[in-house]
Amino acid sequence: MDGRVSFDADPVIDFESPADEDGVHDSFSQLIQEQCHDLHDVIEMTPLDLEEDSRDDVECLEADSDAPQQTDHLIGERWSSDTLKVLSSMPSRTIGRSRGAIISQYCNRTMQLRRRRQSRPSIQHFPRSARPSIRGYGVETDAAGFEEEENKRDRLVNNLQNLSDSDRVRMLRAMPLSLSEKKELRMLVLNKAEHSVSQNQIPCCSQLKYYIIIALRHGWYGWLSFLSSLQLWQTALKCVGGRFGTGVLSYFIFLRTLLFFNVFLFLVTGLLLVVPQAITHPDQDQNITVRSSWGLEVLTGAGYFSHSLLYYGYYNNQTLQTGHSCSASGNGTSCSSGLSYNMPLVYFFTIGAAFFITCIILVYSMSKSFGQSFRIDKSKGLLAIKVFSSWDFKVIKKSSVRLQRANIGTQLKELVAEVNRQEQKFPVLQRLFRLFIHMLAWIMCLGSTLACVLAVYYFSEHMHGDLRNRTQAASSDPLLKEASLLAVPVVVSSINLLLPGFFNVVAWMEKYDSPSMLNYISISRNLLLKVSVLGVLCYHWLGRVATDPQSLGLECWESFVGQELYRFLLMDFIFMLLDTFFGEFLWRVFSQKALKRKRKPVFDIARNVLELIYGQTLAWLGVLFSPLLPAVQIIKLLFLFYMKKVSLKMNCQASGKPWRACQMTTIFITLLCFPAFLGATVCVTYTMWSITPSAGCGPFRGLKNMFQAGKRWVHRLAAVNPDLHWLASAHSYLVENPLFLFLCAGIFLIMIYFHSQVVDGQRKIIELLQEQIENEGEDKKFLITRLQHIHERKRRVTPRPVKGASEVHTHTLSHTHTHTHAHTLSHAHTHTHTHTHTHTHSHTHTHTHTHTHTHTLSHTHTHTHTHTLSHTHTHTHTHTHSLTHTHTHTHTHTHTHTHTHTHTHTHTLSHTHTHTLTHTHTHTHTHTHTHTHTLTHTHTHTHTHTHTHT
Amino acid sequence: MGGTSSKLPKDLLSEYQVRLTHVMCLFRAHKIFSELQGGENGPYSSRVSMQKILTLPELKANPFRKRLCHVFSTSDMKDGSLNFEDFLDLLSAFSDTATLEIKSHYAFRIFDFDDDGTLDARDLEKLVNCLTGETDDTRLTAEEMRQLISNILEESDIDKDGTVNLSEFQHVISRSPDFVR
Repeated sequence: MDGRVSFDADPVIDFESPADEDGVHDSFSQLIQEQCHDLHDVIEMTPLDLEEDSRDDVECLEADSDAPQQTDHLIGERWSSDTLKVLSSMPSRTIGRSRGAIISQYCNRTMQLRRRRQSRPSIQHFPRSARPSIRGYGVETDAAGFEEEENKRDRLVNNLQNLSDSDRVRMLRAMPLSLSEKKELRMLVLNKAEHSVSQNQIPCCSQLKYYIIIALRHGWYGWLSFLSSLQLWQTALKCVGGRFGTGVLSYFIFLRTLLFFNVFLFLVTGLLLVVPQAITHPDQDQNITVRSSWGLEVLTGAGYFSHSLLYYGYYNNQTLQTGHSCSASGNGTSCSSGLSYNMPLVYFFTIGAAFFITCIILVYSMSKSFGQSFRIDKSKGLLAIKVFSSWDFKVIKKSSVRLQRANIGTQLKELVAEVNRQEQKFPVLQRLFRLFIHMLAWIMCLGSTLACVLAVYYFSEHMHGDLRNRTQAASSDPLLKEASLLAVPVVVSSINLLLPGFFNVVAWMEKYDSPSMLNYISISRNLLLKVSVLGVLCYHWLGRVATDPQSLGLECWESFVGQELYRFLLMDFIFMLLDTFFGEFLWRVFSQKALKRKRKPVFDIARNVLELIYGQTLAWLGVLFSPLLPAVQIIKLLFLFYMKKVSLKMNCQASGKPWRACQMTTIFITLLCFPAFLGATVCVTYTMWSITPSAGCGPFRGLKNMFQAGKRWVHRLAAVNPDLHWLASAHSYLVENPLFLFLCAGIFLIMIYFHSQVVDGQRKIIELLQEQIENEGEDKKFLITRLQHIHERKRRVTPRPVKGASEVHTHTLSHTHTHTHAHTLSHAHTHTHTHTHTHTHSHTHTHTHTHTHTHTLSHTHTHTHTHTLSHTHTHTHTHTHSLTHTHTHTHTHTHTHTHTHTHTHTHTLSHTHTHTLTHTHTHTHTHTHTHTHTLTHTHTHTHTHTHTHT
Repeated sequence: MGGTSSKLPKDLLSEYQVRLTHVMCLFRAHKIFSELQGGENGPYSSRVSMQKILTLPELKANPFRKRLCHVFSTSDMKDGSLNFEDFLDLLSAFSDTATLEIKSHYAFRIFDFDDDGTLDARDLEKLVNCLTGETDDTRLTAEEMRQLISNILEESDIDKDGTVNLSEFQHVISRSPDFVR
C-alpha cells in the first residue's frame, strides 16, 4: 500500500468513548439513520460517472507516482474526482457556497424560533425538516436538487409567515442572501399572508389603511434619517478610522462615551439642583464683590465664582415652595398638597441617584464588552484569528494600506518565528540579566512614583500652611494669595505630564518583545501614578481641609474643595493643550526639520486615554462639591475632541504597532469603572457619611452629616403619618445597618461564584464536544481514504504484489492483541462476510486481496466497517452509503459494549465456525495462508480471554 | 439630495426597508451608483462593470477588491459586475449594523478564492499573500508560509479534514472580538 495506509495502521485510533456520552451518541445515530434513507437518490449518480470519466485514471496514477511526496496528508491530499464529488456534496462544504444550504439552514432556524415563541421546547417532536439535512443541496444542477430547493424555500416561507413581523424582519435581515432573493422571499411571504387575510376585508378600508401605513412609514424614515444625522461626530470618526485604524478610533469613541456620561450628569444636576435654586432668590446677600482680576478668577474659580451656582455653598437648606406656603415644621398635610421642594433631600438623592445610574451603565457596558472579548473557550488559535480578522477594512488611504500590509506581514513572520522557537530558551545568564533589567525598571518607576507622591504630599502640606499663614496675616496681596492656590494643580499636572515620558524611556530601555506587553506595562505604571497622586489629594482635601476649616478662615470648606477640583480640571486641560502643542506639533516640526526624519510621531493612545480617565475621576469627585463641574468637563471634552483631531491629522501617522480595538475598549471601560469610578464613589460616600458639613453654608448646614438629611425626612414623614412608620424602621434597618450591605455583597459574590461554575462546566462540555467532532473527522477521513482506495482498485486491474498483503497481516496480529472486544464483535457478522468473500473471489485475484485487507481493518475498528465494506464490494455504487452508515455503527458500538461481554461463549463458537469457512476458501491461494494463520492466533487469544471470564 | 431622490421610485423605498432603515444612506448610495453608471439614468437592473466599481475611493486600495465584486455580483457572466441591488448588498454587509453572521459569511466567501465552499491550503496561501502584499520585504518565504498554513489548519480545522469550512471559520471568528470591517 502507499503512503496513506500508514494512517490506517495507526494504532492510536480509538473510537471508544466514555460511557456517559451514550445519550449524545444515541441522538446522533438516530439522526443519521434517518438521513441515510434520503441519501440514495443523491448517490445514485456516482456509479454512472464512475465508468465514464477516464481522466481519473491519469489523476490516480499521478497521485500514486508522487505518493512519497505526500508526507503531510492534511495538505497534500489528492482525491479522485468521484471522491471529490462526494466530498463537495457534504453539508460542511455546501453551506459556504450554495444558496439552498443557506435557505435550509435558516429554515431550521426559523423553526426553532417559532418553537421558542410557542414555548414548546421538546426535542422529541422535532420534525425532520428542522434537522440539518444532508439531502438535496449537494447537486444543484440536476432537477431533483432544484426541486428540493424549491421545497425548502416553500417551507421557509411558511415558517417566516408564522413569525411575528419584527421577528420576520430580523430573520430576513440576518440572512446572508442577496437583496433580490430576499425581496422575492418577502414578496412570497406577504402574498401568502394577504391571501389568508384579504378574504374577509373590505378592499376600500384596507386601501386606506395601506396608504396611511405608507405615509407613516415615510414619516418614520424622515425621522430616522434626521436622528442619524444627529449622531455625534459620525463623519469625523469615520475619517479618523479611515486614516489611522481602529486603535486611534477607539480613543475618540471613548472620548465620546465620556462626553455622554457628563451630559447625563449635567442634565440630572442641572435640572434637579441648579434650575430650582436659580429661580428662587437666594437669601444670601450678593454684595461680596471682589472684582480684582477677572482673568485669574477664571483660572482659580475663586473670587466672584465662589458665590455662584457653581459651588455647593450657594445652595440653601430650605424647602422651596410653589403655591401656598407653609413652614417646614408646621402641619405636613398642607405642605404635601402644595409642591414642596426639599433642597437638602433633593441634593442628597440627586447625587446618589446620579452615581447609582452611572454605576449601572458602567457595569452594564463593561460586562457587555467583556462578553464580547473574552469567550468561554479560551483556546489557542492566535494565528488563525490574525489571518482571518486582522484586515481593517475601514482603512482606505493608500499609504495606510501599505503600512497595514507591512504590519501584518511582520506580525505574521514574528508569530511563525515564535511558534518555531517556542522550545528554544535563552541561556540562564541572559534570562537573569533580563530579569535584572525588568526589576531595575520597576524599581525606578515605583521609586519615581513614590517620590512624586511624597512631593505632592509635602508640597500640599506646605501650601496648606502657607495659606493658613496668609489668612492669619490678612495683609498680604490678594492677587498673590490667589496665584498661590494654583501652585499645587500646576505641580500635579506637570508630574502627570512628565513622568509618563520617563516611563516610556524606561520601557524603551527594557526592550519588550511584544508590543501588547509593552502597552500593558505602560498602562499599569501610568495608572499607578495617577491613582496614588489622586489618593494623596483626596487625603489632603478630606483629611486636612475638611476637618479643620476654621484655620484657613473658610466659611464653607465644600466650596473650597470644589474650587480646588475646578482648578485641577482646568490645569489638566491647559497642560493637555500644551502637551498637544509642544509634544506633538513642535516635536513633529523639530524631528522633520532638524533630525530629517521621514516618520511622524505616533499617537500615544494609552497615555491619552489615561489622561481622559484622570479628568473624569476629578469630575466625578467634584460633582458633590460643585454641581456644575460636569458642564466644565463637557466644554473641556468638546475642545479636546477637535483639538486632538486636528493635531492627529497634522502631526501623527498611523501607529506602527496596531492596537486591537475591541479589547482596548474593554480595558478602557474597566479602568474607568474600577479605579476611577469606584474611587470617586468611595470618596463621595465617605464625605456624605462621616464628615460634618460646614455650619454656615450649603444645603446640609446644621446637620451632623449629609446622610442625616434623608434620615430626618423619613422620621418627619413617619411622625406626620403613622402609616408610614414602617418606612422609618425599614430605612434604619436597611441603610444604617451595615449587615444589609454585607448581605448584598455576599449574595453578589455567590452569584459570581455560580456563574463561574457554570462557565467552567460549559468549558468542559465544549472540550468533550470538540473531542467528539475530532473523532467524527477521523471517521470521515478514514472512510474517504477507503473510498479512494476502492476507487483506485476499480480502475487498475493489475494485481498487487504479495508482499503488501503479508504486511497487512502482520499488522492485524498486533491489533488483535489490543482490541479483543472489537474482534469478537466483528465475528458476529462473519456470515455475511464470508458470503461476499466467495462472491468476489470469483471475480479477480486482486479482489481477494482487498478483502483480506478490509478484514483486518474491521478488526481494528468496529464491526460496522466490515458491514459497510462488504457492501461496497458487492455493489460498487453504494460508496456514500457506507460513509454515513458507519457513523451510526461506531456510536452504537460504544453503546453495546457491555453486551458483548456477556456473550463470550457464543462468540467463540461462531469464531470456530468462520475459521473453518475461511479456511476452505483460501485453499486456492497459497499466500493467503498467512491470513488463516492470524486467525488461529486470534482464536487462541479469545479463548484465553473467555477462560479468564468464566 | 432632492435631485437624486426623484430618480428613485417611492415604492422601492418601502421594498428596501428590510435592509436599510436609513433613507439618507439609500439616497447617497444611489447617487454614488448613478455616478458610476456614467450619469445616465439606467434602469435598476443595469450593471456597472467591475473596472468602474474598482475606481471607487473606498475600494481603490483594498487588496480584496476583486473578490468583493465577484462575491457580491449576481451576474450570470461571472464578470464581477454589480447592479444597484448588488451594490446595496455590498454596502449593507460592510455597514456597522450588519450582524456578525452576515459579516462572517461574506468574509468567508471573500476568502474562498476558488469558490469551492471551503478554505483549503491554497486559499489560505492566497489570503496571506493578499494580507502581506506582494513586495519582497513583506511577503513570507515558502517555508514560513508552509508553517503558517499548517498552524492555521491545526488551530481552526476542528474535524481535521484538511480544510476550514464555514462553521469552523465562524467559530474562529466568534473567538476574535475585533472582527472589524
